[in-house]
Amino acid sequence: MSQNEAIIMEMKDVKVHFHLDEGVLKAVDGVDLQLKRGRTLGIVGESGCGKSVTSQAILRIVPKPGEVHGQILLHRRTENGPQVVDLVKLDPRGKEIRDIRGGEIAMIFQEPMKAFSPIHTIGNQIMEAILLHATEDKAEAYRLAVEILKKVGMSNPEQRMNEYPHQLSGGMRQRAMIAMALSCNPSVLIADEPTTALDVTVQAQVLQLINELKSSNDTSVIFITHDLGVIAEMSDDVAVMYLGKVVEYTDVDTLFHHPKHPYTRALMNSIPSVGRASKRLESIEGTVPFPMNLPKGCGFYSRCKMAKDGVCNVGDVPLVEVAKGHRVRCLLADGVESAEPEVRSS
Amino acid sequence: MMQEELVLEVQGMKKYFPIKKGFLQRTAGYVKAVDDIRFQIRPGETFGLVGESGCGKTTLGRCILRAIEPSSGSVLFRDRNGQVKDVIKLDSKGLRAIRRDMQLIFQDPYSSLNPRMTILNIIAEPLVCNRLARGPEIKEKVSRLMEMVGLDSRHLERYPHAFSGGQRQRIGIARALATEPKFIVCDEAVSALDVSVQAQILNLLQDLQEQLNLSYLFISHDLGVIQHISNRVGVMYVGKMVETADTRDLFAKPQHPYTEALLSAKPVPDPRKKSNRIILSGEVANPANPPSGCYFHPRCPYAKEICKKETPEWRQVGTNHYSACHFAGELNLRGVPV
Repeated sequence: MSQNEAIIMEMKDVKVHFHLDEGVLKAVDGVDLQLKRGRTLGIVGESGCGKSVTSQAILRIVPKPGEVHGQILLHRRTENGPQVVDLVKLDPRGKEIRDIRGGEIAMIFQEPMKAFSPIHTIGNQIMEAILLHATEDKAEAYRLAVEILKKVGMSNPEQRMNEYPHQLSGGMRQRAMIAMALSCNPSVLIADEPTTALDVTVQAQVLQLINELKSSNDTSVIFITHDLGVIAEMSDDVAVMYLGKVVEYTDVDTLFHHPKHPYTRALMNSIPSVGRASKRLESIEGTVPFPMNLPKGCGFYSRCKMAKDGVCNVGDVPLVEVAKGHRVRCLLADGVESAEPEVRSS
Repeated sequence: MMQEELVLEVQGMKKYFPIKKGFLQRTAGYVKAVDDIRFQIRPGETFGLVGESGCGKTTLGRCILRAIEPSSGSVLFRDRNGQVKDVIKLDSKGLRAIRRDMQLIFQDPYSSLNPRMTILNIIAEPLVCNRLARGPEIKEKVSRLMEMVGLDSRHLERYPHAFSGGQRQRIGIARALATEPKFIVCDEAVSALDVSVQAQILNLLQDLQEQLNLSYLFISHDLGVIQHISNRVGVMYVGKMVETADTRDLFAKPQHPYTEALLSAKPVPDPRKKSNRIILSGEVANPANPPSGCYFHPRCPYAKEICKKETPEWRQVGTNHYSACHFAGELNLRGVPV
């Protein structure tokens, strides 16, 4: 059981399907992930790969007509000892999930301007979360809200309590968002592209803040982004997603230095990055297919340079453990030499 | 009046937006969106312009094309006949003629194409407006342009919604190339795209540059993209240029503390290189109410007394390397390995 002790959340064969008039849109199609206590799990992928829907499935806030299948097991520590809840079985509008949402699992959204209510003050909104989950005493809630604002590095927290979201700058708004998410001491924090709308210098501040708070509060983080640089910076483990499936899942060092899946490798070679001057970028031909009525076989088949007819386009490709803790969804992964990609050899 | 080998020279470019207040709409102050900018572009060269949001890089790009009327300054441009003209002084007729030679590629491939026009009409519009083709010749030219940017010319009659983001950006590029320009402003041309598609478009822009000897003003907030595509780079902060240099020089040996901070703030896609990064305090200054002296001094880790009082001068600190910092050349700033 010692292994289970270290795991706070487990996703087993999670599927999110949208039944539309045109057919079934498989936004998330069989995802298995584990989140360890006090660690950061990065989920990376291009737009439409299902990374945000995965996080919505955890909180059960998938928009209609989406349906969640599979198991999302949350290991809670309650007064009566450890307890396991399957979030998928809960009623999405029920009391239990509402306790967990914002309490044990909190979320930071990409665009804080849209996530905050424009007609309530920052203080009001943070206090609302605290009153729901932590205390019923208003004065105590006010004190806690000011304290958390101070903790995220907000100047004059008392004054900010009375300000509306539009009065804050982008970076400050994201800090307020983080403050709200952390106000109830969540054990899991989901950050969905928290710095995408921010400038690099402000992004650096926010990333540092999330890391500091994570270590001081012993929070586990699920960090979702399309930016491989941010992933390298923040994560302990990384899952690369493509068309609703995890195609590669391993620790961050292995992913960046010994990637196996052709998609991961191509993705890394296609980023123009500071400190690497080369004449041409390796691009991936074509675009991500629409996740509806997909052909059989590997989802990356149409764009893969290594694809073999009769091998890759026949049946479902399983996620195979190629080395300890390194899972790859590719039939040809063994043929990929595990040498460092030419990207970074330093 | 302009050096022989240049295609574009911007001098003393300023754009001040008035802030109107009260019932009588009197001018209460100015937002100095672009403040005394100068730089040059050579033929076949890419000049990268980098800075954070609100630093005035888009306004500068539009002022050069006179999509926005600048407050003062001049833009010397060598047109296709080799004549040097000041774009700012041209009348509407002259402007129309010279715009054939200077084009713009937009950031958002979704809002920059009219959803009710077919691809044929979108790409043909500049040809028709400039009377460059008529009759069946139009279709022929458009097909050629589409093939040039890697689109299937059988899709002429389709509407923009039928194309993906990357394909739409290719359509935008084909439209810009229709008048055979010499100079293109790429305003965040790849920012809205996923990395794998972004790489396709960057490669396309580079191929076209080689084939057609184009000059680019490439505006972006992404340092990785800027380093990849530019020959020379300018860094902007609150409406002012703070440093320009050859790309290698700028990244290896920055001479302005803001450039150093920008370079160090960019996350590197390598977990083994978690850098001891410079975290700037505070946020970008408000251009309507900028700080005294050097605009960067409240955030600058090296700021001294003089930085609060005096605006630093624009001075040369090396070959092709200019910086606006009181201590440029004296500070030992950290670059990135190139």
